Amino acid sequence: MHSFGYRANAVVTFAVTILAVMCGMASLSDNFNSPSPTADVKVLNINWFQKQPNGNDEVSLTLNISADLSSLFTWNTKQVFVFLAAEYETPQNALNQVSLWDGIIQSKEHAKFWIHTTNKYRFTDQGNNLRGKDFNLTLHWHIMPKTGKMFADKIVMTGYSLPEEYR
Amino acid sequence: MGWVADGLDSIRSFQIRHVLTQIVSLGMIVTSALIIWKGLTCVTGSQSPVVVVLSESMEPGFKRGDILFLQMNKDPIRAGEIVVFNVDGREIPIVHRVIKVHERHDTGEIQVLTKGDNNFDDDRLLYAHGQLWLEQHHIMGRAVGFLPYLGWVTIIMTEKPIVKFLLIGALGLLIITAKE
Repeated sequence: MHSFGYRANAVVTFAVTILAVMCGMASLSDNFNSPSPTADVKVLNINWFQKQPNGNDEVSLTLNISADLSSLFTWNTKQVFVFLAAEYETPQNALNQVSLWDGIIQSKEHAKFWIHTTNKYRFTDQGNNLRGKDFNLTLHWHIMPKTGKMFADKIVMTGYSLPEEYR
Repeated sequence: MGWVADGLDSIRSFQIRHVLTQIVSLGMIVTSALIIWKGLTCVTGSQSPVVVVLSESMEPGFKRGDILFLQMNKDPIRAGEIVVFNVDGREIPIVHRVIKVHERHDTGEIQVLTKGDNNFDDDRLLYAHGQLWLEQHHIMGRAVGFLPYLGWVTIIMTEKPIVKFLLIGALGLLIITAKE
């Protein structure tokens, strides 16, 4: 009853249980955080807008993205993955979401940022429906914790549109 | 001479009962583990409710050896979700993020494109030959939670099978020699 084996077993079981409880509580503490992020995106320029040989429209944009996501960080946050997606509707598709840019924020200090960039991923449509298209730019973020539940949310910014003609 | 035969008989029956009890206890442990696993499959709606991250394509968020908890429901897949999918012809499931979604009006069918956070290119090269998009039926689950480091046990047992045999051998030895 008091051999080394029994004692080791009891200690390890207790340690693992406590570790599991701590992970659970760390994850629960994330629910008490009420974040207040802000974001603003400007389309500075439409660099070019063409129909590709495969029949799909493609557009290249220069964007200015500024955001303050520091209120999303808690002590249990490992990183925040943030991406900007263009969302629009076409006659064929009820919803299209195309990611234009993404980034990884690893600490609260880098969470207030301003970036001037062309789209990192190609903005292509399934078809050629983009002329004169109105679209939303949505900034999505995905909070990846040190342990536990992952949270995701977004800010939708409306009012952007593409030119009527190819250029 | 009669009591020698009696003595031998009682020893033999005692040992058989002991061995049978141990076999039944082992069976109970294995069955409970199976019940928990299948129960998790039901609750989360995904065929493999827990997966181990095997590659570095999602660093620095998910490192090799981390465990992901998956869930699956009928909600449509949206951009930004981290999904686990199987490509036809490959047995190992891949855990990447959705970067493009196209949903049809008429059928509600969805076509998605995925990419690992740490990869330069999207996953088109990983899909089956000629496949441009993933559809809802390719996707086994969405990652909703995560625990670091716990998957290393599985990785070591898969990549160095000697450890697996050593562990099972040691467990077997413990069961046989334990005097309960």
